[in-house]
Amino acid sequence: MDWRWDFTFDTVLPRILPGLWVTVEVTFLSFFLALFIGLFLMLAKRSRIGPLAFLATEFIEFMRGMPLVVVVFFLFFVLPMAGLYLPPVWTGVLAMGVYNSAPAAEILRGGLQAVPKGQWEAAHVLNYSTYQAYRRIILPQAIGPVVPGLGNLLILAFKETPLLSFVAIPEMLDTAKRIASETYRFTEPLTVVGVLFLILSLVSAILIKLVEHHMVRESHHGK
Amino acid sequence: MANDKIRFDAVSKRFGQLTVLDQLDLSIGAGEVVSIIGPSGSGKTTVLRCLMTLEHVDDGVIYIDGTPLNKECRDSGLVEASQAHLRRMRTKLGMVFQNFNLFPHLTVLQNCSEPPVYALGLTASEARNRAMELLKMVGMDSKRDHYPAQLSGGQQQRAAIARTLVMQPEILVFDEPTSALDPETTEEVTEVIRALASKHSYTMVMVTHQIDFACDISDRICFFDKGKIVEQGPPNDVVNAPKEARTRQFLRKVAKAR
Repeated sequence: MDWRWDFTFDTVLPRILPGLWVTVEVTFLSFFLALFIGLFLMLAKRSRIGPLAFLATEFIEFMRGMPLVVVVFFLFFVLPMAGLYLPPVWTGVLAMGVYNSAPAAEILRGGLQAVPKGQWEAAHVLNYSTYQAYRRIILPQAIGPVVPGLGNLLILAFKETPLLSFVAIPEMLDTAKRIASETYRFTEPLTVVGVLFLILSLVSAILIKLVEHHMVRESHHGK
Repeated sequence: MANDKIRFDAVSKRFGQLTVLDQLDLSIGAGEVVSIIGPSGSGKTTVLRCLMTLEHVDDGVIYIDGTPLNKECRDSGLVEASQAHLRRMRTKLGMVFQNFNLFPHLTVLQNCSEPPVYALGLTASEARNRAMELLKMVGMDSKRDHYPAQLSGGQQQRAAIARTLVMQPEILVFDEPTSALDPETTEEVTEVIRALASKHSYTMVMVTHQIDFACDISDRICFFDKGKIVEQGPPNDVVNAPKEARTRQFLRKVAKAR
């Protein structure tokens, strides 16, 4: 096996780095979309409105039992048939956002359930509305316990992005495959993709650790 | 009676098969201090929780100042109370919990100054002034920037009492306010409650296991068993000369435990 550094640095890296940007972009946008949808799914699942809770629960179960690739294909091929044309990258963000909203909802629910019942009761007798209680009392206390789970979800999201190469979204793996098919050299492009993913995971793991430390300090207040 | 502050009219509460309150009738006058004693599981805490609208009442009506609390007057008669009605009625009520239930992510001062902003619409500075005044009253003004986790149980409970008072309720409800405290800090909390009972015009309902303390501050003691009032009257009568065998039995057990 021969490894060519000039090929690596002159051809592979310059072409894959834009793909890296797409990977990061899709990951973060889809992650925040997942959080947003997940928050509402979780609230719906906990709500006292029966049909709403039922729909949210079933949607979460459905998504959990579905491979991401199916969701990606579905949105990529079915949305245009329904008359909705999105740029491929947006479709990727939408697919991964919807897909990860289910685990996000479950992680958020875990955080909410960790808040003692007495906090709700105190907010109730102090005449907070349900919205005010969530906003001022419950959610701030639920954030700390959910950070590790959400961090995990973010790293998983990074690792899921290569699936988007199936629908030709120009993320890293897709770009690497193109280089490989043009040059018949697989070693350098795929190795570079692997190394870049490793760097992404390490950087995000460090970021998550920092947020966690910050949260722990915030929630304990010198305990 | 028309001048009852609180009136339970045949109030029942069931949890599944278990009847916790059984057709309870109880009237409490304005400014009266009433303590509820009784064995665990007798329904005494449930009385408070129904009054605070923390539990749904299955049967009967609770009145506050003659206005139904858990029901609402409509043309068609009494209907189930709406959230808006409950919220309006709750402004007269304040509760102190056994486990304090301070908000752990807020400082002592924020714990006391945020609720009036959200629930009463006070400005931040009005709320802050009111909170500081009450923290001073319970001797917690020097700890205003501490978080609950940095305080002893007694300090937390005093802060929780200030938080309750800041809403300016007319009725104060205490659910075993000293049960989670060690003997040394119990005293500092009972002193605060004693002062509230003697110097203010609050109507107070307290569930407690501290019989001596209850006798000290109460106008009336109610002895509860199996969801009913077995015996009630002035502290001296109920505790020193109980008429009912069940009351005597309970007081003997409590005396032995002390």
